[in-house]
Amino acid sequence: MDPMRRSPSPCSSRPSSPRTPPCEMLGYVGIEAVLDQLKIKAMKMGFEFNIMVVGQSGLGKSTMVYTLFKSKMWKSTVPGLGTPTPQTLKLQSVTHVIEEKGVKLKLTVTDTPGFGDQINNDKCWDPILGYINEQYERYLQEEILITRQRHIPDTRVHCCVYFVPPTGHCLRPLDIEFLQRLCRTVNVVPVIARADSLTIEERETFRRRIQHNLRTHCIDVYPQKCFDEDINDRILNSKIRDRIPFAVVGADREHLVNGRCVLGRKTKWGIIEVENMAHCEFPLLRDLLIRSHLQDLKDITHNVHYENYRVCRLNESHLLPRGPGWVNLTQAPAGPPATPRPSKVRHQVQDDSKDNEEY
Amino acid sequence: MTSEVARHLLYQSHMPTKTTCLSSQVSDDEQKQKKENIRSLTMSGHVGFESLPDQLVNRSIQQGFCFNILCVGETGIGKSTLIDTLFNTNFEDHGSSHFYPHVRLKAQTYELHESNVRLKLTIVNTVGFGDQINKEESYQPIVDYIDAQFEAYLQEELKIKRSLFNYHDSRIHVCLYFISPTGHSLKTLDLLTMKSLDSKVNIIPVIAKADAISKAELQKFKIKLMSELVSNGVQIYQFPTDDETIAKINASMNGHLPFAVVGSMDEVKVGNKMVKARQYPWGVVQVENENHCDFVKLREMLICTNMEDLREQTHTRHYELYRRCKLEEMGFTDVSPENKPLSLQETYEAKRHEFYGERQRKEEEMKQMFVQRVKEKEAILKEAERELQAKFEHLKRVHQEERMKLEEKRRLLEEEISAFSKKKATSEIYQNQSYMASGSNLKKDKDRKKEPGYRFELLCFDVRACETNGGRKDAEEGREGPCTMGRP
Repeated sequence: MDPMRRSPSPCSSRPSSPRTPPCEMLGYVGIEAVLDQLKIKAMKMGFEFNIMVVGQSGLGKSTMVYTLFKSKMWKSTVPGLGTPTPQTLKLQSVTHVIEEKGVKLKLTVTDTPGFGDQINNDKCWDPILGYINEQYERYLQEEILITRQRHIPDTRVHCCVYFVPPTGHCLRPLDIEFLQRLCRTVNVVPVIARADSLTIEERETFRRRIQHNLRTHCIDVYPQKCFDEDINDRILNSKIRDRIPFAVVGADREHLVNGRCVLGRKTKWGIIEVENMAHCEFPLLRDLLIRSHLQDLKDITHNVHYENYRVCRLNESHLLPRGPGWVNLTQAPAGPPATPRPSKVRHQVQDDSKDNEEY
Repeated sequence: MTSEVARHLLYQSHMPTKTTCLSSQVSDDEQKQKKENIRSLTMSGHVGFESLPDQLVNRSIQQGFCFNILCVGETGIGKSTLIDTLFNTNFEDHGSSHFYPHVRLKAQTYELHESNVRLKLTIVNTVGFGDQINKEESYQPIVDYIDAQFEAYLQEELKIKRSLFNYHDSRIHVCLYFISPTGHSLKTLDLLTMKSLDSKVNIIPVIAKADAISKAELQKFKIKLMSELVSNGVQIYQFPTDDETIAKINASMNGHLPFAVVGSMDEVKVGNKMVKARQYPWGVVQVENENHCDFVKLREMLICTNMEDLREQTHTRHYELYRRCKLEEMGFTDVSPENKPLSLQETYEAKRHEFYGERQRKEEEMKQMFVQRVKEKEAILKEAERELQAKFEHLKRVHQEERMKLEEKRRLLEEEISAFSKKKATSEIYQNQSYMASGSNLKKDKDRKKEPGYRFELLCFDVRACETNGGRKDAEEGREGPCTMGRP
């Protein structure tokens, strides 16, 4: 496009990675105050986080959400006897703002009641993929406006927690199909739900089998190996990858144990403490999702998954008909592998040229 | 199928609303959001996301920061020295000449480390600003440079396969405009330059070499400058006053603009410390003494308090304005003529088709032209061929005629020869008869006769040979006649 290329620049064109001679400062300047400025800005703007929970009914999704965020998202977690089971998968999103120590978090939880509940569960992942793609589409449409908003509201799903029923054997075909499709579009964290029905040894065998299944079917769950930036990340993430999927238990009642009030499930043979590492791995899940990797989840969604979607969308657009069918919810295409995130430690990015070949 | 995701009003109210043209859209948004509301939940326990800002900060530390400063001012006004002093380093030593015919910009990038913060600092200096006799073109290179940086970013953003997180942001975050300490008012060049830059970059005007002005003059100078700027509608950067923690200090600093600064990297002993200062016979001007100049204020404002805000303003205000203007210039709009919302995609597609069509058409044209040319050339060549043919025919005819003439001559000659030989024969008969009568002189006469006869014949032979050779040569070009035979 000629008008764009016409603008002259007296200086040479922008340095892509300019030679930066390191300079030593002879005294304190105060550059590190920029970190505080960042913090202030972040606190003012608040954070957004969108999480999706997927699994069959009765696996404890809503309870888990409660346990994670210590707040009741939905009015009732148990569907009343009168309500009929939904015939098709309907996604429900709820948004709340929670605040802790001055930090505001706008949390959106998307539930998927009816997933995997029908007799014929063929293509039950379509509505979910459609929803995820719709959020990407929404963001993209906002981004390509001429007059953009100052802060584009981020409704993209940052993390999808997939609940695996505690059969103790291996991943079921439905699980495998779903995970295969979804891990290319969104960060997926599989968890073993209701892990209190498995003993510790059973949990380990189950976990190993699931890991084996994931490897066999090339399912890349979060934290993805290809996005490890440096050696520290790799070490940290390897530890996490070793424990995926976490065996979790959710609870929404508090009980008195040894004088302390803890969240747990009370049974005749004991009280399962949710936050006790010896009982279940909920703390690991909570730490991963909230305390340590939340920003990373958002980054990968924005830099990798959203960019992939954008590339597909912009490449395909000349094939789509214009007009009312413009916002076309495309399924996650069978192809494109995620482009590896370029490291901040400055090594070359290899862009997958497979993307172009597919289209 | 899915429920609408609700938006929270609290966020909108906390956003700094410094937008000018965006404000209308923001308020529309607000209206929409007032209808849907989000509950605030109280949690029944500790979740742990207060570490979120730390996670964000950690990520930023890993990525590193980027800050670009543009220094605009006349040669020798102290730009490089001030930057050196601000960042407490010696970046480069040599000054520049006054004799450049045009204004140029020179950019240099440095990497600074402080505790765990990595800062990629780019300093862009104007070289030769204000030196020319005719200063009409002085500010254009600066405007072009700023636009070029925005352009590069826009190009990257519009790519299909892009890598924005890896992109070295070269957009200018702040422009330090150096005003000469005349004590009177702004120069025309300064006013013009600032006016053309104020919508593209955050401008912080500073009074350079402030040790040349006394305190009283300085106050008046500052007031004069600010009033001139205001009356000419120049929008300089205002330090943000919407966050309580820094609102007060920013507001007070806003009143001290433009900062009167002195730069120096030389150290002078004052009391029992070595401080950065300029030594004069009448005293020492200490750079970091707030009573002497506003350097500390500038450093505080620029680096410690508002660096992030400067970057944000550049990105959300100046860059967005540039982007909008650029895209509108290219013909993209958000609303089509029929007032239906038009997406960038559709317009882009339309343009793409248009361009393709144009290209096809041009290709066709070129093809046609090519075919035409080929035809013309062919015609010319054919014409030439015909001409050549005609010439050949003509020549052939001429030769034919020549040959016939020569044949004719030859025939005549042969007839002559035969007639002559007949005569000779009859004369011989007569001679024999006369010999019979005489008798004795026969042999001698015979001998005598033989010789002249032989010679006579030879003569005839020679003449004939020459004539026929010559004739043949004329009639057939290039063929070797028998007279050449045997010759080397």
